Amino acid sequence: MEEIRWQDLEIGATVSDPGSSREYKTGSWRSLRPVVDKEQCIRCGVCWLFCPDAAIERSVEGHFQADLEYCKGCGICARECPVGCISMEIEEG
Amino acid sequence: MPKERRGIEVSLAVAEAVGQADCDVIAAYPITPQTHIVEHLAEMVADGHLDAEFVPVESEHSAMSVCCGAAAVGARTFTSTSSQGLALMAEIFFIASAMRLPVVMALANRSLSAPLSIWNDHTDTMMVRDGGWIHVFVENGQEAYDHVFWAFRVAEDPAVRLPVAINIDGFILTHMIEPIEFEDDELIKRYIPEYKLENALHPEKPVSMGCFGMPEIYTETQMAREKALVGSYVTCLKAWEEWAALTGRRYHPVETYRAEDAEYCIVTMGSLGETAMVAVDELREQGEKVGAIKIRLWRPFPFEDLYRAAEGKAALIVLDRAISFGGPGGPVALEVRSAMYRRPQAPAVVNYVAGLASRDVRVEDFKAIILGGKAKAAAGDTAGFTLYGVRE
Ligand code: SF4
Ligand code: SF4
Repeated sequence: MEEIRWQDLEIGATVSDPGSSREYKTGSWRSLRPVVDKEQCIRCGVCWLFCPDAAIERSVEGHFQADLEYCKGCGICARECPVGCISMEIEEG
Repeated sequence: MPKERRGIEVSLAVAEAVGQADCDVIAAYPITPQTHIVEHLAEMVADGHLDAEFVPVESEHSAMSVCCGAAAVGARTFTSTSSQGLALMAEIFFIASAMRLPVVMALANRSLSAPLSIWNDHTDTMMVRDGGWIHVFVENGQEAYDHVFWAFRVAEDPAVRLPVAINIDGFILTHMIEPIEFEDDELIKRYIPEYKLENALHPEKPVSMGCFGMPEIYTETQMAREKALVGSYVTCLKAWEEWAALTGRRYHPVETYRAEDAEYCIVTMGSLGETAMVAVDELREQGEKVGAIKIRLWRPFPFEDLYRAAEGKAALIVLDRAISFGGPGGPVALEVRSAMYRRPQAPAVVNYVAGLASRDVRVEDFKAIILGGKAKAAAGDTAGFTLYGVRE
């Protein structure tokens, strides 16, 4: 992202490459990260349903985990988890 | 063969020009004193004289939104507004230029409320001065008609692709009946060829416009916007030259009247320039070495042209028709001062504000302003501004 110069932009900053938002990492302003206690998680998918960013993905074992490239740290998943197994931890650095 | 010259209300002439330009989409909400422009366009579409989509929106916010959508798919797009309508459309006004959508607008200049005033001055356009549009000011009906074509020509140029506002003094100009030389459709077609938008919204080649921009990219987008607006100057000139070649009517970013050997010049924008010229003539008869400078292109600001026009003058007396409240004066004087700052032998800049909400600025008033400005400049009294004719 940092390397894009103003001359490189398309007219009106139009994005002509479909699906490029995947490469546009937007998780950098997070101050808290959701950490799931896999022991307690009942794999209900409520966190996945409620995440306003669609940042949560299902792992192969069926657990739900936030993709930190996109997670904004809003804490909604932690609040909605019916078993309270998500804790919001301070981001270091 | 002599060209057709018709007596017509300026608003209707503007609408006729939009029709001749073969506009595809017109979206507008009626507001005084813009109304006659869009009423006539609605009529032309309804009567089948103009094959365009007329979208009678429920507010100006929607008018500009429709215009942006239409321009984004490559339609030739027009709107018109005034005052409070422009205020309501302001949010999308900025978006149109940021997304580089070549919308053309006839801005029938009118003062902003409160108190409610439907009359003319430049407070509305100054509100969006920093909105990234090309702004041109016209002085009479012929110029208003001509600049509709010029605006489309500049806006849609692939090197520019920016929205253009044609500032037309409300009532003073919009509601006048003037003799206007109409050009034939063939000439217009040559001047503004069919509009092709690169990267338009199209299902076969999906693109996203108006995307989210993180702090890491926003600065670059704004630099691109600034460069585009400054760079449009060349196309503005070219479009005027081509128009002159076709019609014989020539325009410049800054125009002067008896200014060559003048010691001090009155600086105006818009229709009051004509009264200023009469005042200049009368003062010349009294032996005053005075001239007039008219700023036609307001954005991009024509620095070099202004330097040339101001060269050797002792003072520029800038007449503003808006106040930047709590600031150093009227917006035009502010910019003229800033442009002149640290120029070698820069003229003094004296600022008057007059003609708010169509209060008359007659020849006598111009003479008083010019002579008052001369005295102020001689006394070194050049800070701030004078609100001319205010009762105290
Ligand atoms: S903290 Fe917010 S953004 Fe991040 S995963 Fe949870 S709900 Fe989604
Ligand atoms: S809401 Fe809680 S329990 Fe349900 S899947 Fe998410 S983390 Fe597991």
